Amino acid sequence: MASSFIHPSLLLILGALLLPFIQGPLRKPYLFLVPFLALCAVVLNTSLTGNFATISFLDWHLVLGRVDKLSTVFALIMALMAVLGTLYGLHVDRAGEHMAAWFYAAGSLGVIYSGDYLSLFLFWEMMAFSSVFLIWFRRGKQSLPVGYRYLLIHTIGGIILLAGILLRYQAVGNITFDLMDVAHPQLYTWLIMIGFGLNAAMVPLHSWLPEAYSEASFNGAVFLCAFTTKTAVYALARSCAGMDLLVVLGVTMALYGVIYAVMENDIRKLLAWSIVSQVGYMVAGIGIGTDLAINGAVAHAVVHILYKSLLFMGTGSVLYMTGKTKFTELGGLFGKMPATFFFTLIGCLSISAAPCFAAYVSKSMIITAGFESHLNWASWLLMLGATGTFMYNGLKLPYFLFFGPNNCSQETWQRAGDPSWNMLIAMTLGSTLCLLVGIAPGFLYALLPYNVDYSPYTLYHLAETLQLLGFAALAFFLLKKYVEPLDRICLDVDWLYRRAGCGFLWLVKVPLQWGDTAWGEAYRVVGLSSLMTLSGFWSWFDWHAIDGVVDGIARSVRSLGGKVRILQSGQIQLTLYYAFSLAAILFVTFIFFRLL
Amino acid sequence: MTNLIASLQAHLRTVVVLCFVLLGLVAGSSLLIDTHHAHTWVEQHVPFFWSFFGFGAAAVIIGVARWFGRSGIQAPTDFYARPTSTPCEED
Repeated sequence: MASSFIHPSLLLILGALLLPFIQGPLRKPYLFLVPFLALCAVVLNTSLTGNFATISFLDWHLVLGRVDKLSTVFALIMALMAVLGTLYGLHVDRAGEHMAAWFYAAGSLGVIYSGDYLSLFLFWEMMAFSSVFLIWFRRGKQSLPVGYRYLLIHTIGGIILLAGILLRYQAVGNITFDLMDVAHPQLYTWLIMIGFGLNAAMVPLHSWLPEAYSEASFNGAVFLCAFTTKTAVYALARSCAGMDLLVVLGVTMALYGVIYAVMENDIRKLLAWSIVSQVGYMVAGIGIGTDLAINGAVAHAVVHILYKSLLFMGTGSVLYMTGKTKFTELGGLFGKMPATFFFTLIGCLSISAAPCFAAYVSKSMIITAGFESHLNWASWLLMLGATGTFMYNGLKLPYFLFFGPNNCSQETWQRAGDPSWNMLIAMTLGSTLCLLVGIAPGFLYALLPYNVDYSPYTLYHLAETLQLLGFAALAFFLLKKYVEPLDRICLDVDWLYRRAGCGFLWLVKVPLQWGDTAWGEAYRVVGLSSLMTLSGFWSWFDWHAIDGVVDGIARSVRSLGGKVRILQSGQIQLTLYYAFSLAAILFVTFIFFRLL
Repeated sequence: MTNLIASLQAHLRTVVVLCFVLLGLVAGSSLLIDTHHAHTWVEQHVPFFWSFFGFGAAAVIIGVARWFGRSGIQAPTDFYARPTSTPCEED
């Protein structure tokens, strides 16, 4: 049984390492084959339950293949996403970009299948260090600094997570990755939650996301939008389900993302803010912690990956074809990019939870779970967020991008058009899945961790949704002059850490540098001259005292030697004279001492 | 599809009237729906509740976002590159 488990990460890593050697006409089939094999491996693993690929390392028991319903549903959607993402970027020549994407997907699948914190941490870091290349590969003016900021934040998150893991190991004595005692949280519980929460873009640890995802390459963003946050959602669902604070954080994320998305001028940054908001629903669901809420969070994670990747594919196509991402430089594109418009619209309706589209079957599960758990305030605020989601994503994005005022320059307008066949196929598949899940959610519900007793297609839910969407649309069109995009950036909490970073730089450059210079000057004036005086004294002492003694002895020996040399003249009468004289002196001295 | 959209744009007035009729139908049909399974009192007893909620929520979000943006959150695109904005750019 154990041998039947195939780790999809292994296939992706091996595939990535071999990729540079696959050239020419074989490249594209190979690009499709590797993630497809990884998906096949995940599908085969769905028939298993239990721990596989276990390794004993030092005193620890590492589990690389924990297969249960929670890991299976996440692994399936991640592997599917690897296929769709690679298909979308099939025409990208740079092997490095595909390698980074596959290592990233492998890291995510590794985390999902990990049964212990050590292997989880290694795969976690693999995700961070591979995904940054998806930002750098855009090679834009800001790509490098944005990538470094992304890496810095994730490194800090990784350190916090590692600290939590180590403290937990000290307290519990094992590294098993399972549900923590969230009713009695310890320091390590908070640290692990924060480590996961940073990757889930929890407010206020979220500002890396809009910045990085809007700066990524056109196909890199398709990968980024799926893996990091949803892997973190999986990790939170596994370890922190039922943690009350997560409800507050989730609702905050849902609303915070909405407000910023409404203000945003960059189409991909708008979608990035939308991730913050949508992941908020999942985090809130995990915080509620009931079976329905966890099912809702997982279902929403799955459909979110489908529609968000579709939306990033649509906006990525706009970027790829026109080179522009700002509403104030685009507009009126529906005639030039009809297929892109159509697929993007499906994504927009899916995220808006319109009936028959993906999020309709998942978002309401979380909100219903909130009401059933008597967390009415949370459910009402999530409903408010859902209305906002429809407004910025279902209305603002398609209206100002494909209709509305045409702000395209002549060059942009000429470049605009539907993208290549592989990008269209990827968007077709994504759209089909969004519709399939929305129309027939049964197969999604069958994959969820708990038994589902929920039907989204009730008359009441349908009427509620249609009213909500219809009248929100009315408000949007009556008030749309107030949401018209402006060519401005939105300051976020990253302002604080940019200021903190600049403050630190100022601290180093001004007071510390001044102190260092002053110390150097003081050393030069006081220390160095004292040292020179002291050295002069020791030089004098050395010359006159030490050398005087040593040289004096040497000179005395030399002088004595000169004298003794005369004795050895070779004349026998002189030698006898000196010998007898010396003997006489010795004899007289002896007699003298005896007499005394 | 492009032709259809162009045709709808050409008959915008008719489209707007149709949308209003549709909205009226949606709101009106909500009166016929059984609300006993609704979670809260307001959903059960306030007619057209979700219509009001949808309109009100959208208006509130637009208002808050506009106020938030105008309060200094929306900044010029070169904000982080400007010499006065960050001490680290001064040199």
